[in-house]
Amino acid sequence: MSKVSVTKDAGPPESAPSGLVVLDNVNKHFGALHVLQDIDLTIARGEVVVVIGPSGSGKSTLCRTINRLEPIDSGYIAIDGKPLPAEGRELAELRADVGMVFQAFNLFAHKTVLENVTLGQLKVRKTEKQEAIANARKLLDRVGVANQADKYPAQLSGGQQQRVAIARALAMDPKVMLFDEPTSALDPEMINEVLEVMQQLARDGMTMVVVTHEMGFARSAANRVVFMADGRIAEEATPDQFFSNPRSDRAKDFLSKILHH
Amino acid sequence: MFDFLDQYDLWDAFWVTIKLTIYSGIGSLIWGTVLAAMRVSPVPVMRAFGTTYINTVRNTPLTVIMVATSLGLFQTMQIELGGGDSSETGFRLAVLALIAYHACFVCESLRSGINTVPVGQAEAARALGLSFFQVLTLIVLPQAFRSVVAPLANVLIALTKNTTVAAAIGVTEAAALMSTMVENESDVILLVFAVFAFGFICLTLPVGLLLGWVSKRVAVKR
Repeated sequence: MSKVSVTKDAGPPESAPSGLVVLDNVNKHFGALHVLQDIDLTIARGEVVVVIGPSGSGKSTLCRTINRLEPIDSGYIAIDGKPLPAEGRELAELRADVGMVFQAFNLFAHKTVLENVTLGQLKVRKTEKQEAIANARKLLDRVGVANQADKYPAQLSGGQQQRVAIARALAMDPKVMLFDEPTSALDPEMINEVLEVMQQLARDGMTMVVVTHEMGFARSAANRVVFMADGRIAEEATPDQFFSNPRSDRAKDFLSKILHH
Repeated sequence: MFDFLDQYDLWDAFWVTIKLTIYSGIGSLIWGTVLAAMRVSPVPVMRAFGTTYINTVRNTPLTVIMVATSLGLFQTMQIELGGGDSSETGFRLAVLALIAYHACFVCESLRSGINTVPVGQAEAARALGLSFFQVLTLIVLPQAFRSVVAPLANVLIALTKNTTVAAAIGVTEAAALMSTMVENESDVILLVFAVFAFGFICLTLPVGLLLGWVSKRVAVKR
């Protein structure tokens, strides 16, 4: 079947690297724009990978391909050894194991904070209601918004909303968390409260893919920095190496623009 | 002045109008929601069916649909919808025609409501592992309904007045009684019109006011 597939689903690579998240030779186009070009990336269990790069470099798209919010044109993506299925029940099951936090929070506006955090447990995991509520309260406490449980998202500040969004994702007990520019829509004084929650999460051993412009977070929390430019991974290094001694010209140029002003 | 009314059962006629409105209103809401779900579904066949249905039925005059149910379904194909006698069958056919027609407007109102729900919320729901049906029924439609209560009130008011078309297939509702009275009471013809206009205002005005209030109550804060 895969031999005649027109989508060029390459199947698993010959020497499949073992990792929690594996991307192999991933390509994607938006019309004429080749937004992801031959992306190879393997993320180990417990690893925190920060993806940085200039606007339009494809980093958000890369993040969104991992749970197939963006389908890819060709290549192979697997999570915990299972290749991403096509749209349907299997994909929904896999997405439940992948937490996602968005730039715009995307909390459900007609549900309270508590309902936002219990919804996935009740409707996807089929958890008992009392257990789901207890779990949700624990998570809300962990991200520091326990006293806001009965409010609606519009009554919360941006920083509080984003922390609720993190709790909502954690409630599914995910194997990996994806953060798509989680602090880009926040006022400056609210960025730290969200970053602190993410730092704590990283220390607790959560596998994380974080697309961000927060270089401080990349330095302190990341195991690895992935630098993207023009749809390619231009450089991969430890934070220390990357920030003090970038190898690629593109990364040197990028860092000179953001670090000295 | 209103002595002539004594020989007619005005309440009986308006009661039929009210029943037509209630049954058709509920039916249109259900069928319209199903059509809206089809129009936003990821399945191309369903989208095509929804679009074709809306564009065909919405652009057909209600009188044509009404007469088609009577002459086509009943007299040609003997479909009685379990009506038994001819007056009950006529009533059911009229409800069917009203549902078929007004579901289009419910669907299109609802679709504009669906567009007010930020696409990110649907993405977040999918990312949690909810199915398309769950995303629609738990996240999208509840918010869509809240934002279209006022437009749906317009549809309900139009539906209430459009029940008069049922007179064309012999349903004895308000407009049918009115044409009888117009024939028999030609000396007070303006009064006859005024009585029926007032009757319909009594039905539609409270509906508009009530749903206007509901609309403000249930609006989703963003």
